[in-house]
Amino acid sequence: MQYMVLIASTPEGWHGFSDDERRALYPRLEAWWAEHAAAGRIVEGHQLQGVETATTVRIAPDGEVTVTDGPFAEAKEIVGGYAVIDVPDLDAAIAMWRTWPSPDLCEIRPLVSGDERPGM
Amino acid sequence: MTSRAEIERSLAEVVREERGRLVAGLVRVLNDWDAAEEVAQDALVSALEHWPRSGVPGNPGAWLTTTARRLAIDRLRRSARYRDRLATIAADSDEMSARTPTGGPLDGDDRLRLLFTCCHPALREEAQVALTLRTIGGLDTPAVARAFLVTEATVAQRLVRAKRKIRVAGIPYRVPEAAELPARLDGVLRVLYLIFNEGYLASASDTVERRDLARDAEWLTSLLVQLMPDEAEPMGLLALMRLHLARADARFGTDGDLVLLADQDRSRWDHAAIRDADRLLRDALRRGRPGRYQVQAAIVACHAVAPTYEQTDWAEIIALYDALLRLEPTPVVALNRAVARAERDGPAAALADLEPLRPRLERWHLFHAARGELLRRLGRIDEARDATRWALALVVNPGERRTLERRLSQLGSARSAGPT
Repeated sequence: MQYMVLIASTPEGWHGFSDDERRALYPRLEAWWAEHAAAGRIVEGHQLQGVETATTVRIAPDGEVTVTDGPFAEAKEIVGGYAVIDVPDLDAAIAMWRTWPSPDLCEIRPLVSGDERPGM
Repeated sequence: MTSRAEIERSLAEVVREERGRLVAGLVRVLNDWDAAEEVAQDALVSALEHWPRSGVPGNPGAWLTTTARRLAIDRLRRSARYRDRLATIAADSDEMSARTPTGGPLDGDDRLRLLFTCCHPALREEAQVALTLRTIGGLDTPAVARAFLVTEATVAQRLVRAKRKIRVAGIPYRVPEAAELPARLDGVLRVLYLIFNEGYLASASDTVERRDLARDAEWLTSLLVQLMPDEAEPMGLLALMRLHLARADARFGTDGDLVLLADQDRSRWDHAAIRDADRLLRDALRRGRPGRYQVQAAIVACHAVAPTYEQTDWAEIIALYDALLRLEPTPVVALNRAVARAERDGPAAALADLEPLRPRLERWHLFHAARGELLRRLGRIDEARDATRWALALVVNPGERRTLERRLSQLGSARSAGPT
């Protein structure tokens, strides 16, 4: 199953980090990305299902992970990147993004597949 | 010849046991929640048609499973969309019928899948509750609506949205893997406890469906214990619920008002049920994996075995609250600890413990109710009245409201600066 993952940072996370902190984080992000790309889990953009199908995984700076229904929406979060992933189901997607090395919000939304058009 | 009333009574008993089992198996083979519920319903309707003529079969669960399987296959044949699943169900239905008759060793797997999927954290809490009660608890949509004091349309919409999300977002139909299990099991227990509390806090003036929620939750939790016999926390939660239910009759006076623990007639408690629940709790604790529900049950057990309020082992209760605070460092737990401390160390000490909690609890009626009671015991009557008025301004439950009103009138009705 393919999902769009919107990666947003918070003032406590990436966009509050100093240049040094960002430089320190870069290699871990790159290594993570490379690992999942090599495993075929990262594909690439696409139309999304309605916002009502969204699930949010919050990885706090202390490593605590929470999963909630809905979009992140709040303006203080800034979308800083995205991934289209291909994994068996939502639990596999959650398991993958739990380990994203940066304290971000990752919104996982299924892509619209060929035979279904939401709102039609 | 069996009478229709007898058939219906027998069916009602079977429905509760079997409906969730049927739906759970059908969701797996049909991969469609709505179709699964419709087929389960059709099988039950078919039973109501046949049993008055042919008598209730010796194994009603097996009869229903066979009927549901036949209906599911008919349905798949009629629908081109599902034709590709026919091969699956043909292979799978033997497995389904083998595992679904009552008492079969593997019969729980599907219901456990269903329970974890209903309580998936990617669904809203109210949807988790509605789905659990509807699909496993066997309550129909109007009953869920009456239990939660919302309209049928609201419940129907929650169910439709939740089922669509399960399908569209790819929420898997399975028991989580070991790494995710503790957090996910915690989510299931939270939903069951939430359902329990909705019913337990209901008063006599509430609907039957609402009052029955506590029993529904207890039944669902006993099912979970049966399905996951190695887990300690479900046993702890079940013991906690049973310890509460064993004392439920003494909680309301003849006028329907809440009776406080200190004033309850302990001879009206079900002491045999308390002993059983206590034994269950000890079973759970022996596993050496303590958790918040086991500790809460231990606190309630401490109250339940005390011969009188005065003879309660307050030191033990405070120690248990300290353990609970380590597992669950919330201001509500700290408030309960302070209230227990009043019994050991006096109301002044407890009042001092409450003050730091004010910023986080001042919108909660029980914070003010507890303060009011401590102030009364200290003879600070004007302040006690003000605190009780604050509690009244925030309380929602009618039974609790009457208790607070009575307490306020006992404090004297002289007007003083309260909330407006």
